[in-house]
Amino acid sequence: MKKIEAIIKPFKLDDVKEALSAIGIKGMTISEVKGYGRQKGHKEIYRGAEYQVDFIPKIKMELIVDAAQVDEISECIRTAALTGKIGDGKIFVMPVEQVIRVRTGEKGNNAI
Amino acid sequence: MINSGDTAFVLAAAGLVLLMTPGLALFYGGMVRSKNVLGTIMQSLIMISVISIEWVLVGYSMSFGPDINGLLGNLSWFALNGVGSAPSPTYATTIPQNVFMIYQCMFAVITPALITGAIAERIRLSSFIVFSLLWTILVYNPVCHWIWGSGGWLAARGVLDFAGGLVVHLTSGAAALAAVLVMGPRYGHGKRSFAPHNLPMTIIGTALLWFGWFGFNAGSALAANGIAATAFISTHLAGMTGMAMWVFMESIQHGKPTTLGAASGAVAGLATITPAAGFVGPVAAMIIGLIAGLVCYGAVNLKEKTGLDDSLDVVGIHGVGGVIGTICLGIFASKAVNAGGANGLLAGNAGFLGTQIFAVLVVGSYAFVVSWLLLKIINTVMGLRVSKEEEISGLDQSLHNETAYNN
Repeated sequence: MKKIEAIIKPFKLDDVKEALSAIGIKGMTISEVKGYGRQKGHKEIYRGAEYQVDFIPKIKMELIVDAAQVDEISECIRTAALTGKIGDGKIFVMPVEQVIRVRTGEKGNNAI
Repeated sequence: MINSGDTAFVLAAAGLVLLMTPGLALFYGGMVRSKNVLGTIMQSLIMISVISIEWVLVGYSMSFGPDINGLLGNLSWFALNGVGSAPSPTYATTIPQNVFMIYQCMFAVITPALITGAIAERIRLSSFIVFSLLWTILVYNPVCHWIWGSGGWLAARGVLDFAGGLVVHLTSGAAALAAVLVMGPRYGHGKRSFAPHNLPMTIIGTALLWFGWFGFNAGSALAANGIAATAFISTHLAGMTGMAMWVFMESIQHGKPTTLGAASGAVAGLATITPAAGFVGPVAAMIIGLIAGLVCYGAVNLKEKTGLDDSLDVVGIHGVGGVIGTICLGIFASKAVNAGGANGLLAGNAGFLGTQIFAVLVVGSYAFVVSWLLLKIINTVMGLRVSKEEEISGLDQSLHNETAYNN
């Protein structure tokens, strides 16, 4: 089992969610986060006072998936989140030791 | 003779002016960080209580009571003694005197509230209440008497101020400058972001201010007549051109107009037309609004280079607006618009412009010096600022044990 963690532009969330639904992904967790990479921040001006805003709003989505599906799913996220501009985000894949469904106690791939 | 139309109009106008103080609270509240929004709102809100009490007890008598040497009214009208529903023989003779009294009360309430913008996010509420009381007694009431009181010495020299360019905006702007100098900047000024936490709140405040300003300026005619209509229209026109000019300047300088800029320009135009509202025609009012948008925009941008932390631009908008409005009145005033007013420079009367400039210098320096001394004394006796720790955790928590936004 793997965890896919993707940082994407907020306005791409719907596109990515629909693309994932289309390939049968039934669940995910998202959070509103802030950060910066190469895109850096932007400047805001209030009555002449300039403030550099370093941290830009992003969406972090987390999915636990069967290891066999990792490439298909990450490519699906990448394609749907792509604008081609700097700041499109990143996808991280990491191993997951165990998954347990709270309601039934099922473990492993059955709990995904 | 009491005129029921005039009475109804001034009573309604008094209600409109009252609304400006909570409007100001929202205008300022939106511009501070979320940890200080309640503290900032409270500073304006509490003035309704504190200054109304002061006004009824001594303020009205000091401002409008029987004259002492042109400098001050005496205290014979203490606690509204003799101020009843009969009209005054000198002020607003067609309405009950107590209507005039409560209308003027609302002006006294909002004036110290305006000052709080300069020292936002760092003053102790208790110290500000003490300051506002002493300031109203030592600055607002005397200046109000000089200009609007019967026998006031500046009025006797021919100084005009329709609705408070000198009495309200310049006194509060000068006090704001003194307060900025005495109190110093907020912790982290110039290093951290002090971006406004809720601009829609500021826009709601602007809307309430603009609405209330019709009572402030048109109501200053003290009768439901043509002069009230003139003042109503000039007020609207100057607010609108002030907004247009500020947004235009921003677009040129930064490429993008801002909603805070639109709100600031409107308030600058409204403050600037205040002394002139009932004395100038519509074209002059639009020009005054444009000048306000341009000069106040410049003043606010200049502040960024001085390092002074006039947090919400009371000096740049109200102080500067009061000055240029009073001077513009010296240029654009016309007896063709208001026979009870004066002719200004454009009508061939340069002397009146000189009178207005003299009044700006007198009122500006008096308000600045007395405010500075008062603040120094209060700072020594009880301290003006919250502690650094309280400032960092925010006024809402440290002074009020409240949080504005609970999820």
